[in-house]
This record gives sequence, C-alpha cells and structure tokens, in this order.
Amino acid sequence: MSDASMDSTAPRQSRTLLETDARTRRRNAAEKRFRMYGLAAIGIGLFFLIVLAASILRSGLPAFTQTVLSVDFVLTQEQFDKAEGTLFKTKAYEGYFNAALVSQLQSQGLEAEVDAKAAERILGKTGSTIREFYRANPDQLGQEVRFDLSVSSRVDGYFKGRVTRDGFVESRFLMLADLDLVDALTEGGIIRQQFNWNFVTGADSGVDNPGGAGIGASVVGSFFMMLVVLVLSLPIGVAASIYLEEFAPQNRFTDLIEVNISNLAAVPSIVFGILGLAVFIQFMHLPQSAPLVGGLVLTLMTLPTIIISTRASLKAVPPSIRDAALGLGASKMQSVFHHVLPLAAPGILTGTIIGLAQALGETAPLLLIGMVGFVARGYPETFAAGFTDPNSAMPAQIYTWASRADAGFYEKAWGGIIVLLLFLLTMNIIAIILRRRFERRW
Amino acid sequence: MNDMRIIERGTLVNDIKISAKGVQVYYADNHAIKDVDVEIEDKTVTAFIGPSGCGKSTFLRCLNRMNDTIDICRVEGHIAIDGQDIYDPQVDPVQLRAKVGMVFQKPNPFPKSIYDNIAYGPRIHGLARNKAELDEIVEKSLRRGAIWDEVKDRLDAPGTSLSGGQQQRLCIARAVATEPEVLLMDEPCSALDPIATSQVEELIDELRQSFSVVIVTHSMQQAARVSQKTAFFHLGNLVEYGETGKIFTNPEDSRTESYITGRIG
Repeated sequence: MSDASMDSTAPRQSRTLLETDARTRRRNAAEKRFRMYGLAAIGIGLFFLIVLAASILRSGLPAFTQTVLSVDFVLTQEQFDKAEGTLFKTKAYEGYFNAALVSQLQSQGLEAEVDAKAAERILGKTGSTIREFYRANPDQLGQEVRFDLSVSSRVDGYFKGRVTRDGFVESRFLMLADLDLVDALTEGGIIRQQFNWNFVTGADSGVDNPGGAGIGASVVGSFFMMLVVLVLSLPIGVAASIYLEEFAPQNRFTDLIEVNISNLAAVPSIVFGILGLAVFIQFMHLPQSAPLVGGLVLTLMTLPTIIISTRASLKAVPPSIRDAALGLGASKMQSVFHHVLPLAAPGILTGTIIGLAQALGETAPLLLIGMVGFVARGYPETFAAGFTDPNSAMPAQIYTWASRADAGFYEKAWGGIIVLLLFLLTMNIIAIILRRRFERRW
Repeated sequence: MNDMRIIERGTLVNDIKISAKGVQVYYADNHAIKDVDVEIEDKTVTAFIGPSGCGKSTFLRCLNRMNDTIDICRVEGHIAIDGQDIYDPQVDPVQLRAKVGMVFQKPNPFPKSIYDNIAYGPRIHGLARNKAELDEIVEKSLRRGAIWDEVKDRLDAPGTSLSGGQQQRLCIARAVATEPEVLLMDEPCSALDPIATSQVEELIDELRQSFSVVIVTHSMQQAARVSQKTAFFHLGNLVEYGETGKIFTNPEDSRTESYITGRIG
C-alpha cells in the first residue's frame, strides 16, 4: 500500500468547479497584470521608435534637397582673354556672371537690382567656379552653358524654413533685401529646389561650404571597412570558436582564454582605437585614415562578439548529431564541417550581423586613427585604391558635421543618419535572406 | 514473464569476433567498468542487460572507441576485433568506426534528406565510384533497414520528417550502409512504441545473417526475444555471460536470478 491512499478514510472537502476560488482569482489577476505590463512595454518601445523615426526624417530629409540657381551663361573668347589679363581674375568673372543674371531676370520681365555684394551673399564666390570651368573646358567658350550653382547655406535655410523673415537679423552674411531678391529669382524660376545628388554621392566639403558636402565618400569608406571586417573577423572568429568548442581540451588555459574573450567584448571601443593607432599606424606604419586600418581596428572589436555567438550556436547543436557522424566513421573535422557547422550557421550569421552592425556605427576608434570627415580628397578618382587611401566612415562623418558651426551642417548630419540607417537595413536584409537560405537547406 | 519466447536454438559455434580481456573504464575517479572479460561471436546477436548505471552502455561504447570523445574517460585493458587490438596506438578510431557501426538510443537522423542520410557514410568512405553505385547502395541499405517500401517515393524528404520508428530504422540503414562488420546498438528501441519495436527486432534478427550484433537493452523480454547470447552487467562487473536460454532459465549467479525475476534493478 502506498502513502497516497493513507488518508482515504478522512472526509474529503468537496469543492465546486463552477465557481472560482480566491486563490485562482488572484493567480488569474496576476497573469492578466503581467500581460498588461508586456503590452505596455511594447507600446512604449514602439512609441519611442516612431518618435525617433519621425524626428530623423523631419530633420534629415531636407539634406536630400538643394536650392540651386540656374543661369544660362555665355562667355566669349574675348571676355576670357580679358579676364585672364586682369589682376583680380575671379572678380572679372563674377562681373560677367552677375550681368548674365540680371539680363536673364530682365528677359523674363522681372526688374531687380543685383549688385555684386548681394550676389556674393546669395551665391558665395562664383568667380572661381566659373573660371575653373572654362580653364578646364576651353572648347565651351562662346557657347551657351547652363550653370547650376548651389546657393549659400542661409539662403538654402530660407527655403527649408530654417531662416525666416520674422525676427530676421541682418548681418554681413544676409540682408533682408537679399530675401526680396531671392523671392524675385524664385518667381522667375531661376532659383529652384532639386534633389541633391551631390549629397548622396559627393565627398565632404570645407567648413564654410555646407551646400557642397556629401556623404558618398564615407559610404564607400564604410563599405570598404565592412568588407575588411567581414573578411577577417568571420573566418578568424568561426575558426577560433570551432577550435575552442569542438577540439580544445578543457583545462585552465582554455578557461583563461574564454574569460578573456568575454572581457574583450566589454572593452570600450576607444581603447581599440588607441590600440590601433599605436600598433597599426605607429608600429606597423600602415597608412593613416585608411579604411584598411579602420577595418582592422573594428575587426578587433567585432571578433569577441562573433566568437561568443558562434560558440553559443555550436553548443546548441545537439550532441546526438556529432555522435551520429562519428559513429559512421566520420572524422572529427568531417562531423563538424558536414553537420555541426551547417546547423549552427543561422546563429553564426546572426552574431556576425550584430557584430558588423556594431562596427558600422562605431565612431570613437575611427577618430583616433584619423578617419574624420574632410580627409576624403581626390574622390572619386581614388576609388580603386580605396583600402589604403584616406577616407572617412559614415558615423565619423556625421560626428564631424554635427560639431561644425554652420547650421547647414546640422541637416547634413541628420541626412547622414538616414543614409547610415539605410545601409544598416540593407545589411540586415541580406543577412536575413542568407539565413533563410541556410535554414531551408535541411 | 509469459510473453518471453525463448527459442531453443542450436548451439552453433561461430568464430570469435570481439574479444575483451581485463577491460577497466574510469570516468575521472569513478571506476565504471571493472575487469570485464567477454568474447563476442560473429553472426550472433549478443545482448547486454543490467540495471541502469551498471556500465553496459559504457562497455558498448568501448567497442568502437566512442568513449574517446569524452575527455575524462580512460580505458584500460585489451579489446581485439579479429585479433587486432583496437586500442593500439596505430589504430585510427575513425577507421575502426567504419568497421564497427553504431545505432544510438534516440533516433538521430541528420537534418538532411533521407537519401543523404544513407549516402553520407559511403560518400566519406569512398564506397561508391559514381552516382549509380551510390543509388544502389542507398536502396540496398534502405531495404536491409526494412524501410525501403515506406520511403522509396520520398527520398528527398528530410529524415527528421519520419516517425520515431521509421527514423530509428533509417539510422540502422545508415549504419548498415558503410558495410560494417559489427553493429552496436545502444537501447535502440527505448524511444519506440511496441509496434515499431517489433519491427526493429525483426530487423535485428535479419541483420544477424551478415553482422555480429551487440545490443544493449533495458528490456529483458527484448533480450530474450532477439539475442542468442546474453551478458548481465551489475555495478560495473560482468556477472554472467552465456547462452540466452540458459541465462534466463537457469542462471548460475544469484544476482542474475534476482535481476531477471525482478527483485533487483
């Protein structure tokens, strides 16, 4: 006789099932409360995500449009020779250009006074742009050429609502009368807004020219760095994890390595930056500001992440699969590469993409090795040598813009963030597609 | 114990396939197998029975050196297959395992197609020269695993999509495909229902024609049904080894008797 039947003689309280007792009610209430907390947490998260996305789009989208002034311009050989003969050559070109501007206004029946100072406030110094063009393309002399010149950052701000007439403070950079002129030019279709291709494809400009600043060079720089990181950290990380997980004997030495890898994952990125500066640039004399060095530094940063996630996914493969392969006479390596690794691949891919995304958004170490914004010179001719040529990366570029004084750079920084997020999104989508492929294989 | 069908079999004398002498196994400080001597015959089903933790699975895993994969495990003594010491430093365990196949307790098909499950062994051992030969091996192995008729129309389906009993027969077919000489089975039916169990048992009896089969089982009925020889393990010792009929009807050792009558274990 077992113990369970011992108290069968004692009277048993009969309980109805039709009514919930206090204890059950309490438990149900707790469950409901918990579900509410979860929903609230998700709601708050979504709310902040929407606020974030909205503010990024609101501040960043203007960076993709640009206010330009288009003028049809003819320069004769005679005028060219005359301008080249004067002392202030660019001044002469500016004079020709302003005359052309005025005549274009008049041809559309609009009367406006364009003095040289106002033109300079609106357009910046146009003379050098025009001179450079004709010096480079002498065959265009005497022909009609359409110049699309981007207006100054303040005028651009006037179109994007950054600068308004209320509370406008006149300065030597922009007068109230200039705004009247701008309005007249807009009416005449001479000033208009267009998609800013230069922002998507161009390189960084100087601190005084936010209109000409582009993120294209940094996108290329980031792309090269990601290539370096992927090519180095994925094989090294996976090989290290396979060795540690499948082959290494369990002893104090491997324990030590394990602890150190976990610690490395928590080291601040700026430490890796200064390490890269000391080792790769000062000791190994690799070129400064190059995506190659940036990639190496970020590889150091990404390795622990990849190793930890790869080991976790290798550990998650059931040991029965290894037994099955070994029992058939497969060698250890065959069992790992034929069976364990394919099963762990989705997990490895997830870890890799997390590591790469982390590396993509990293700024601090890049500043230390000199991958700051304005170094992308000679772009885009230096594309091919991209790994060792000075370049920047998107986050460093955004940081550089954000720290500049001109308000025009503010929207560039936000626009840069949009491009960065798009890049990240593309990377993640590729990873998801790859993971689907791996998962479908068996 | 009425369902035990102990068939009186003619005492054929087969060649000795595996001979073990003075085998000791240690897991770190734990002495798991104590001085086991046993001689396993060719073309015979030998059953290892005994209570949980008595070391029968451990001993089975010594026969194809699967214990090598466990860091803390140490094997001493002498185990020979066809007179060759398998723990000789010159023996590569990978080569040994091609000769001594193994079926595990839980069905463990690879998460690949049924075809690839069977073809994997022949592929890595280079048993087929071309696709046609491989196809032939796959079909032959699946027939020997008594599962051909059930899967012949869906060789591309993943092995994991089969039912438990089918998966285990697939694993047996997979083990058979590499043409081993000895087949080790570690409680192959413990995860199966009675119908699947009887199918696997029939299969084991057929496999006896070509292999020496060693089976570890918790079920004494199963041992009685499928085996010709039985070894009873208790607390790491090989207590008794002999003809299955004799072990179950007239055991010499009192511990064997206690176990088969259900008083210990």
